[in-house]
Amino acid sequence: MKLIIEQILNGLTIGSFYSLIALGYSMVYGVMKLINFAHGDLFTFGSYLGYTFLVMGTAYVTSTLGVWGGMAAAMLIAAAGTGILGLIVERIAYRPIYPAGRLPAVVSALGASIFIQNAIMVIWGARPQAYTSDVIPNYMLNIAGLRINLLQIIILLLSFLLMGILYYVVQKTTFGAAIRASALDRETAALMGININLIIFFIFALGPALGGVAGVMVGIYYRKISFVMGWNYGLKAFTATILGGIGNIPGAMIGGLILGVLEMLGSTYISTAYKDVFVFLVLILVLIFRPTGLLGEKVAEKV
Amino acid sequence: MEALLKIDHLHIYYGSIQALKGISLEVTPGEIVCVLGANGAGKSTLLRAISGLLPISKGDILFCAKSLKKTEAYRIVIDGISHVPEGRRVFSTLSVEENLNLGAFNRRGNPQLVSERKDRVYNLFPILKQREKQLAGTLSGGEQQMLAIGRGLMSDPRLLLLDEPSLGLAPILVKQIFRIIKEINEQGVAILLVEQNARKALAIAHRGYVLETGNITISGLSKELQNNKKVQEAYLGGAALRRK
Ligand SMILES: Nc1ncnc2c1ncn2[C@@H]1O[C@H](COP(=O)(O)OP(=O)(O)OP(=O)(O)O)[C@@H](O)[C@H]1O
Ligand SMILES: [Mg+2]
Repeated sequence: MKLIIEQILNGLTIGSFYSLIALGYSMVYGVMKLINFAHGDLFTFGSYLGYTFLVMGTAYVTSTLGVWGGMAAAMLIAAAGTGILGLIVERIAYRPIYPAGRLPAVVSALGASIFIQNAIMVIWGARPQAYTSDVIPNYMLNIAGLRINLLQIIILLLSFLLMGILYYVVQKTTFGAAIRASALDRETAALMGININLIIFFIFALGPALGGVAGVMVGIYYRKISFVMGWNYGLKAFTATILGGIGNIPGAMIGGLILGVLEMLGSTYISTAYKDVFVFLVLILVLIFRPTGLLGEKVAEKV
Repeated sequence: MEALLKIDHLHIYYGSIQALKGISLEVTPGEIVCVLGANGAGKSTLLRAISGLLPISKGDILFCAKSLKKTEAYRIVIDGISHVPEGRRVFSTLSVEENLNLGAFNRRGNPQLVSERKDRVYNLFPILKQREKQLAGTLSGGEQQMLAIGRGLMSDPRLLLLDEPSLGLAPILVKQIFRIIKEINEQGVAILLVEQNARKALAIAHRGYVLETGNITISGLSKELQNNKKVQEAYLGGAALRRK
């Protein structure tokens, strides 16, 4: 019982990383009908930005802001930096080729992914880096006999808070309705006075920004980061997106959490080596029995 | 009176296909002007060009004496032209209320104003008030048309472009829609109406144009068009009736 609660908590934590990243895929796909393959690498970039800020500037940052303050500042900086990079990617890799259709955009997205991944390697080196323990808060809580790291609780709460805010904006405000309307029918959205460039700006800044925050969270939670990690996280998050229903924002949140919990339970009770097999098996089953994903409404369009 | 909308030798192409071949047309404030024409004549093309969805190849479109040639579609709405597109195009997975709110997207910072305008729309179409929280895709065809028109009014336009508002509706609803179009016009909104139902359109319009494969071939007051032999034969079904 103790183990299962711990594993579910761990699963939700990883799941919230997947959810935060998945939101970027889903928002961009919803409006642009484009899979932003560079998104996983934007997440990595955020993680490295946080690393530079916290670890390289550790003495200064942690002594002035404290460990919690330093962590918050690192997340803000990663969010801003990754958001800006997201906008640059849109401008350079996607905008010039929108008129060419969707297939060229996929190729360009892959190109952007490779470019960013290699740029990270050139800047920070090919060897993995580590968030050092002096920048990471470490308080253990004792809740009903369970020893839980406070950091994990904070990460979970913060993820839920960010997702809650995004959910509110997208589902409850007129601006959010404009995002959903642009995803459904961009031309008619223009007839409502909606400037599509404003929507594109929003999704390409906010999606990567959330990914950047997840990047810092991963660094703080696992310590070790590497320039190729965006591939693995990107793939999982993309799977979560499909699981929840691509283009569907609550779906991305739920898909990520389910995937994280499945992964943890699978590796605890079945086999660590096969945890990914387990995850993708679930994906395949969902796609067979509910091709639109758990919350998706529309049948996916052809790429 | 000074024209509200003035279209001057407008040419529109789809790739190498020319859809409009240099047409000119005017709408003055307070008018209902109808455009009649067979399928593929270019009626929707005309409305789409006015609302900025299509690039202008040659000629010009002036609204309040200002050229719209370089104005983006979302700006044109803000300037005061609202386009209710062919086929309703309501946002099906958004609620009725969200659809209406989007009609006033530019005024989203002023909830008081948006809510006043919504009340005006609900006055015109009380059924929409009852369906407020329902998803637009679950409305009947007639209700969706009312929503599309209501949404178009939310920007408080000076000119309303209506593309075949009666298409696919039961006769009783057609009658109701035309009555409401007249009512909207009486509240001071100029209307450019594209219709297949020529009889009903001419009955409420002040003036009309006939569009044939990208050219305007006949124009005049509604009365003149109603009495025109060619219009009677081609659009009012007169000849067909007589032949029977
Ligand atoms: N996107 C497009 N690409 C190429 N040709 C088009 C396109 N849209 C319309 N056309 C052509 O332009 C011409 C005018 O079309 P338009 O839709 O304006 O006609 P319409 O008068 O509105 O017809 P309907 O009564 O059927 O709605 C037609 O010949 C049509 O085939
Ligand atoms: Mg048409």
